[in-house]
Amino acid sequence: METPVYPAHNYLSNGHGLKSWLLTKDHKRIAILYLISISAFFFLGGLFAVGIRLELTTPQGDLFQPDTYNKFFTLHGVIMVFFFLIPSVPAVLGNFLIPPMIGAKDLAFPRINLLSWYIYVIGGIFTLFAIVAGGVDTGWTFYTPYSSASSSTNVAATALGVFIAGFSSILTGLNFIVTIHRMRAPGLHWFKLPLFVWAHYATSLIQVLGTPVVAITIVMVFAERAFGFGIFDPQRGGDPVLFQHLFWFYSHPAVYIMILPALGVISEIVSTFSRKRIFGYSFVAFSSLAIAVFGFIVWAHHMFVAGITVYAAMVFSFLSFSVAIPSAVKVFNWSATLHRGSLSFEAPMLYVYGFFGLFLIGGLTGLFLATLGTDIHLHDTYFVVAHFHYIMVGGAIMGYLGGIHFWWPKMIGRMYSEFWSRISAILVFVGFNLTFFPQFVLGYMGMPRRYHMYPDEFQVLNVLSSGGAAVLGLGYLLPVIYLVYSIKYGEVAGNNPWGASGLEWRTQSPPLTENFLEVPTDIPEAYEYTPKVIREAKLV
Amino acid sequence: MGGIPLFPEAASSFASEVDALYLFIVAVSAFFTVAVSAAVVFFAFRYRRKHPEEIGAHIEGSLPLELLWSVIPTIIAMVMFAWGAKLFYEMRRAPAESMQIYAVGKQWMWKFQHTGGQREINELHVPVGRPIKVLVTSEDVLHDLYFPSFRTKIDAIPGRYQTLWFEATKPGRYHIFCAEYCGTKHSGMIGTVIVMEPQQYQDWLAGGGSEGTMAERGAKLFNDLACNTCHLDSGQGRGPSLKDIIGKPVELAGGQTAVVDEAYLRESILNSQAKIVKGFTPLMPTFQGLVSEEGLAALIEHIKSLSPQAAASTPAPVPAAAPSTSTPAAPAQGARR
Repeated sequence: METPVYPAHNYLSNGHGLKSWLLTKDHKRIAILYLISISAFFFLGGLFAVGIRLELTTPQGDLFQPDTYNKFFTLHGVIMVFFFLIPSVPAVLGNFLIPPMIGAKDLAFPRINLLSWYIYVIGGIFTLFAIVAGGVDTGWTFYTPYSSASSSTNVAATALGVFIAGFSSILTGLNFIVTIHRMRAPGLHWFKLPLFVWAHYATSLIQVLGTPVVAITIVMVFAERAFGFGIFDPQRGGDPVLFQHLFWFYSHPAVYIMILPALGVISEIVSTFSRKRIFGYSFVAFSSLAIAVFGFIVWAHHMFVAGITVYAAMVFSFLSFSVAIPSAVKVFNWSATLHRGSLSFEAPMLYVYGFFGLFLIGGLTGLFLATLGTDIHLHDTYFVVAHFHYIMVGGAIMGYLGGIHFWWPKMIGRMYSEFWSRISAILVFVGFNLTFFPQFVLGYMGMPRRYHMYPDEFQVLNVLSSGGAAVLGLGYLLPVIYLVYSIKYGEVAGNNPWGASGLEWRTQSPPLTENFLEVPTDIPEAYEYTPKVIREAKLV
Repeated sequence: MGGIPLFPEAASSFASEVDALYLFIVAVSAFFTVAVSAAVVFFAFRYRRKHPEEIGAHIEGSLPLELLWSVIPTIIAMVMFAWGAKLFYEMRRAPAESMQIYAVGKQWMWKFQHTGGQREINELHVPVGRPIKVLVTSEDVLHDLYFPSFRTKIDAIPGRYQTLWFEATKPGRYHIFCAEYCGTKHSGMIGTVIVMEPQQYQDWLAGGGSEGTMAERGAKLFNDLACNTCHLDSGQGRGPSLKDIIGKPVELAGGQTAVVDEAYLRESILNSQAKIVKGFTPLMPTFQGLVSEEGLAALIEHIKSLSPQAAASTPAPVPAAAPSTSTPAAPAQGARR
């Protein structure tokens, strides 16, 4: 095994100083800008979660004032959903990897790509301003008429921040769609694309079609607060439930914006670490599109107790089950991929195994909420909180962290500590389950969400959950340390440290600004593992 | 799990079926979780990389398998859907003989009003073994009236009535929660439903001072607001007669028909131009902001009392006795903290 050399010329060395970063049009540098900014938001959002879990260790509500607590869970939700989860995988990994995966030099619109980062930052600044100016207490869902007529906190600034950040999401989606259509290397037809690219294509469709709806909704709330329009406030002739329809028409598909790219990551890692083609490639590819499409017709399952008719509820319950099927198909295909593979268990694969456990539980607990008879009891309880954390954190963040660990050697050109990365993957899995599993039980016991105080009988499970959160927090902090450490001190990774088959592994690590010196021409089938791939990876 | 409870008390007629459906989905979920986990863990050992050059077998996929694992989950999902939908249908249709209670959510308390005139705050006394229909609304923002031990809840939406019903099966004291976030003291908007044996319930009704039944209060309001000047019983007034209209269809000016129920009456009082009865001119002013939620409920009860046939199917009015909210509840058996 020859020792790889760190390439002297790469996208990181091409230009120094702040200006070379802030004015870059290189998709890889923009991805790094996103990585830094979303990580900052992640830990800020996490800080609010620490406040929530500390408060809930006792039933009395004795640590923070109720208004402070309400701001904590609102800001936790707003930041995690709009400023971390929605941009996470697409803006960092998608941005970095889609061009090299399809043999392109950059995205179709490099300037728009940079613009979308600036828009994201401006949206973030508005939200940070709202925090500094006293916070906001409506919950991340901004339900009317509380948000439009009752709350006296900084709803307008926060909503404006979310509104602005939405345009960043739309532009990224648009950029990906055009890039995937127009920039593929000659010979790279759709069914040779990595499933990661398919997942991002499906995600981009949702971003482009769904985000404008939430933008319009926010404008309406704004108009009601600022100018007294009677859109949602019944005192002025409006309908508060209309807001929920509009909000969930975007925000339910938004869940798939968060999870689909992570599912794409899982496909890449599963294939690489079993050195095997994904079982049922086309079923996995089309299941992403199916999830994107079905995602738009299930929104009212958030509203079974909110005054929709009995028959509307039945229709939406029925349709909600339709999303479960493509998700199940994906899980079965990944599991089948492992069969007769050549499996190895570095950190990315450990994250995938953790993902299996959490996504299974997250997905299956969705059935309790799609089923009308049980949802009536479970709606707005901690069962829902546990369910969506299993999907968004268990699914999306496990995928995101798995992806970061998988492509880190490509992004930075160096390896991180094998030992600590495995420890962190295990801590995240264990800590996550300790935190959120008790919340399923709390939910069935009847504890409503967004409660600052609670009856005594819920304390044991809450303490368990808070204890788990401490473990989870440690699991999230560790990667910051060993990944940052690896930037300078890590071993040189070489082009293809995992022996992966994707095009992005053919170029050097870190890649050149242009990704490839020549456009790749001999395009293999997706996930084609042959002895040649392993030989060329120079692992032995 | 030792001392950790897994279920809240099951104290309504559909609690046990909700629990059964829940356990069915738990069983299905556990099966798939264990099956998939066992498979991936088994593969992890069985197919662990033996030497660095090893590659996996080339397998494209399998259409029969894809069909199998699409169709079987679909069938199971349809069973869940059908069972859940059936149960939901029952949970949303109050029996005709239900006893009626009005509930109003307000930042941050629950106000209950019995047709007999009793009013309560954050406490609700109900008899065991009798279907109870609660008409729920809100004075300000969204709330949600949640009875975990009855396994049911409904959002309280300002400007409209929502209906929830239950039949308590076990005397005791159970939680009432607000389940829809409503601001500062959302978690303080909790209360207790006290389920009593019928005799104890009668005793409770009999105790305390009287301010008349809801219908009586409504009749007074009907005169105070001068409704009676137009809505003459003879039908010769400027507004339609309100006698014997409950549960019956009325023909509207636009040619449609509407069935007269609480929601219809509510709309006609607050937004009087929304539905005009055929043959009448839209003269009635809106009473939005002029009548409180309690007053509105009383007016509706008064109008309902003008339809004795329709009322015959509902239970006879309870004695006009209203214990104040501070009346200590008779300690119910099976009391629960």
